[in-house]
Amino acid sequence: MTFTKTLALTALTVAALANINAAQARDQIRIVGSSTVYPFATAVAETFGKTTEFKTPVIESTGSGGGLKLFCAGEGDNTPDITNSSRAIKKSEVDRCAKNGVKNITEVKIGYDGIVFANSRKAKPMTITRKQLFLALAKDVPAGEGKLVANPNKTWKDVDPSLPDLKIEVLGPPPTSGTRDAFAELALEGGCKKFDWLKAMKKQDKNKYKAICHSIREDGGYVEAGENDVLIIRKLEANPKAFGIFGYSFLDQNGDKIQGNLIDGQEPTFENISSGAYPVSRSLYFYVKNAHVGKIAGIAEFIQEFTSNKAWGEEGYLADKGLIPMPMAERNKFSEEAKTQTNNIQM
Amino acid sequence: MTDTIDTSLSIPKNTSEIVHQGLKKRYAAEKRFRRYGVVAVCVALLGLVVLFSSILTKGYTAFYQTNIQLDITFDESVIDPKGTRKTKDLSSADYAALLKKAMRTQFPEVKTRRDKKKLYNLVSSTAVFALRAKTMADPSIIGQTHSLWLTASDDVDMLIKGHIPRELPENERRISNKEISWVDQLIEAGSLEKQFNRQFFSAGDSREPEAAGIKGAIIGSFYTLLVTLLLTFPTSVAAAIYLEEFAPKNRWTAMIEVNINNLAAVPSIVFGLLGLAIFLNVMHLPRSAPIVGGLVLALMTLPTIIIASRAALKSVPPSIRAAALGLGATRMQTVFHHVLPLAMPGIMTGTIIGMAQALGETAPLLMIGMVAFIVDVPGGPTDPSTVLPVQIFLWADAPERAFVERTSAAILVLLGFLVSMNALAIFLRKKFERHW
Repeated sequence: MTFTKTLALTALTVAALANINAAQARDQIRIVGSSTVYPFATAVAETFGKTTEFKTPVIESTGSGGGLKLFCAGEGDNTPDITNSSRAIKKSEVDRCAKNGVKNITEVKIGYDGIVFANSRKAKPMTITRKQLFLALAKDVPAGEGKLVANPNKTWKDVDPSLPDLKIEVLGPPPTSGTRDAFAELALEGGCKKFDWLKAMKKQDKNKYKAICHSIREDGGYVEAGENDVLIIRKLEANPKAFGIFGYSFLDQNGDKIQGNLIDGQEPTFENISSGAYPVSRSLYFYVKNAHVGKIAGIAEFIQEFTSNKAWGEEGYLADKGLIPMPMAERNKFSEEAKTQTNNIQM
Repeated sequence: MTDTIDTSLSIPKNTSEIVHQGLKKRYAAEKRFRRYGVVAVCVALLGLVVLFSSILTKGYTAFYQTNIQLDITFDESVIDPKGTRKTKDLSSADYAALLKKAMRTQFPEVKTRRDKKKLYNLVSSTAVFALRAKTMADPSIIGQTHSLWLTASDDVDMLIKGHIPRELPENERRISNKEISWVDQLIEAGSLEKQFNRQFFSAGDSREPEAAGIKGAIIGSFYTLLVTLLLTFPTSVAAAIYLEEFAPKNRWTAMIEVNINNLAAVPSIVFGLLGLAIFLNVMHLPRSAPIVGGLVLALMTLPTIIIASRAALKSVPPSIRAAALGLGATRMQTVFHHVLPLAMPGIMTGTIIGMAQALGETAPLLMIGMVAFIVDVPGGPTDPSTVLPVQIFLWADAPERAFVERTSAAILVLLGFLVSMNALAIFLRKKFERHW
């Protein structure tokens, strides 16, 4: 008895499975990409789903690199329509897209994100420069003209006598993270450039320059704390001697527990990041597959929602979530280009 | 020391004396061992209590949600100025204006633009959708005034629940003194209350913590487990019966046995990679769908259930088989009429425990796109969806403070399901177990 019943059930399941292949046309936008853009894209998707007749888009948080890999895998129903990115698309990724037949991509810049260097409110705030950050966190630091030594600095005081006598302990994201790439590029390289001979090297040997300026120490001064920024904040709370690196939106939401430190004399505030005064900020983007617009229902409308002033404007709901809006003129330019899909990536 | 050895050596003894001498020591050893056991159990229990109480104390507040009562006038000139009552017009109307007007009437003294914006933010931005849904469901409401309980924003909710302490300096909290004074006014007027959080059980995921719910994840888990159960149960029982009752004992079956035991120990992420390679890339099944999740988890739980089923079949005494065969039953009749029914309680227990394991799994689902933001509650096994543990993982990573309690609350719900599944397994075993 049981056996025949279970046999029938198996047959049914297999039949159901076979059916799916046939009925697969997609009526829902699929988005992948950066975990930094994820909180903003999801907010737009939810509003879009609740105020239009379209289904709410599905958004996967895969990281910028992972998103572009999926995005560039080809065109068609089983590839994503949009990918979010916390950095501009790389040449190698454009090539990959072209190779797989994705020839038309529109780039839309959505705003800025500041990367903060924060610690617990229980501790004293620290004023630091990018040069000091580089000396504290780089793998190798310059010792005189043209010479490098493995980073000997154990405490902040070793870096600069004006800094406190505390062990260097910085919690930050792992190498797979776009936040870490951006921090290395904006903060560390920014400090690295202050050494003239290193700056001169940029022109002669760009790869070596990058290797020096972007490498983060691995001897315990920098602790990889995973992609989870909430976890970093909890650890900072428990250990007031440590510092953490994460996106501005997490500082915005947890201002009672942590404080952002001044970098090059600038406080990480909404105003400073949007005016560009705060040195460690980056642009956020999303990329649209032009061939899918019109084929998958709702893409054009979704872009319109994302680029409307009630979403990405100064008073929009994305600003409430911690996105730093672009100035009006830039917003108009990108929203116009997004609508007409004219800002294509050169293949 | 030497004294005791001397005496023990000097006194001649018979067997009973030797036993007597050692007895004290042996009793002490047993007592010690029992104490170790009690300590071990206590440590395990303590760990469990700490875990549960931390989740419970953090999570129980999420079952209540702060709501604000407002007199909303469903003004026709705002919602449907043309008076068409068409779905399209009603759908795109400016419901936020109704809300803003109600707030302004409640607090006529608020004048500046900045303050007004803060005032409107006391109510959740999702309250607008609730007004929209209410009007669309019953357009006759237009023109009337109703006193409605609307969801408060997460910051107000956190303030009321004490997660944002009032005594902090103003610049360190997300809610200003002015907003607190408005909240206090609402409390005094009796129009701000903590009520049972129905949305938590009836809504899908949301970016606004106050509107986020676990229904989508629960339904997703249900479909995923359904697919898993339908696939694994028959396959693994059939495999177990064949291997235990029919298969010849040779090198091949030995190898299969080793492989099954091996598979049971393979990390679950490997099954996710396999699912990505086969189900998505080769078979082109949809991404993020419970059907693929179910397939992957079925592969994962298959060995567990096969092993449990084989153990259950093995525990049926051979005399039952011999008796059936002796009365002229075929081997298949013996198995299906006598052995399998007797082994069923054990097989069920193994299956339920395997399902509970599948319910708590996240890693393999990461690879097949089930770790995603999905608002719509899935309507079938091919709709995109997440599962409960994935929802917990996603919320744990969200920046908003209010997601902390929701994460713990979702863990409580998941634990509830796991405990009841395991309890069912124990119940079935106790009820149908046979002793020989």
